[in-house]
Amino acid sequence: MWSILANPHRFMAFSRYAVPVCYAIGTALFGWAMYQALWVVPSDAYQGGDIIRAMFIHVPSAWLCMGLYLGLAGSSFVWFIWRHELADIAARAIAPIGAGYTALCLATGSIWGKPTWGTWWLWDDARMMSVLVLFFLFLGYMALRAAMETRQKAARAGAILAMVGAVNVPLIKFSVDIWSSLHQGPSVIRAEGPAMAAVYLNPLLISFLGQGLIVAAMVFTLMRAEVFGQQADALMARRLSEG
Amino acid sequence: MTLPSPLLSAFRQALSEAWAGGAGVLLPFGFFAGTAVLVPFTMGSDPDLLAKIGPGVLWLALALASLVTLERVFQADLQDGALDLWVQEDGSISQIAAVKTLAHWLISGLPLVLLTPLLGMMLQVPATQTVPAMVAYALGGLTFFLWGGVAAALSASVARGGLLIALIALPFYLPTVIFGTLALDEGLGGTSILFLAASTLFALGVAPAAMGAALRLAAD
Repeated sequence: MWSILANPHRFMAFSRYAVPVCYAIGTALFGWAMYQALWVVPSDAYQGGDIIRAMFIHVPSAWLCMGLYLGLAGSSFVWFIWRHELADIAARAIAPIGAGYTALCLATGSIWGKPTWGTWWLWDDARMMSVLVLFFLFLGYMALRAAMETRQKAARAGAILAMVGAVNVPLIKFSVDIWSSLHQGPSVIRAEGPAMAAVYLNPLLISFLGQGLIVAAMVFTLMRAEVFGQQADALMARRLSEG
Repeated sequence: MTLPSPLLSAFRQALSEAWAGGAGVLLPFGFFAGTAVLVPFTMGSDPDLLAKIGPGVLWLALALASLVTLERVFQADLQDGALDLWVQEDGSISQIAAVKTLAHWLISGLPLVLLTPLLGMMLQVPATQTVPAMVAYALGGLTFFLWGGVAAALSASVARGGLLIALIALPFYLPTVIFGTLALDEGLGGTSILFLAASTLFALGVAPAAMGAALRLAAD
């Protein structure tokens, strides 16, 4: 499927309809999940009462920012090996959204952490540190691209950095895991099945799906804007050369 | 066995440049010592407190001191054209980058390690920690320079890329700092020093290839 979309014309034709569809379905799913989260789901005294409702934003955003970094590294790899122009456009579009989602994850985590742990920020927590590292990886990627003179150089430098970052992420993750943790253990994906009650789990998964679709739509929108920008540049260059 | 000549010349050039400028060795040395000496004035001179934070302060100073010199490592080669010549040598640019990093570590990393017993003594670090600390600082310094070298190579063509290098290198420094700090608590018999050594080996495997790719980009 993806090799078909590597052709910019097919991508533009596909994304023209995919963007509104993803936005519509994503917003509907996310809206339903938010309704469940804010009005239906019972508050949980053990997790600090009503603050459990933050989970329906926080946990999906944590999954998404990891997914976005994988996407950044994957498209950088594809661009570096096969030089598919669209892969670089994708990497470029993913970076700011990924940085935004890591920031959202850290912010909602802090808001959740204050009533449950009694502190906004906890250096001891391995997952918090991992997300913080992802945040810096996204920022470094964007800063490096911005500092390069030409698009081509920005793409090459960015791809090298994203790939070096991706091979380092397991090591960084391992090292911060060794740092002790106050977080509860994994409770959704476990060998014996989810430990979470369905009343929490369903809105959580639907929220993840909805936010994922919205993120996909945002990435496609940025990619389309970039392709349009390049087309406009080409048109301008032709006009100028014709005098 | 003889070294291929571009590697040897790159190594020699890196060493002689460090001495020629005068500040090549002294700048990180002074930065490192200065940071460590300022700490008791900012944190208070309580010996128990200093003994507790001393090793960590030296890690911090080492990481920062490594960043101070990285900006110039490859930029000078780009400006004087040496990089263009190296890129023409078939496939050896990664090795040259590794050799340059090694030379850089010998010049501005190893002297700092040799200074740590003295600074450690001033910061009330227990004498039993001196040897494990020096091993850990030596390994950690090399890892800093390898990952920092990747950042420096990527931003070699950027004027005043110091901040960019720091931003890029920061996440990569994290495992070294964590394992390094734990290794000082555990000593040479612990597992953390092994993890530290493993992360150094990992950097030795990955970083030269990345530096090579980045330098080829900078020379274009």
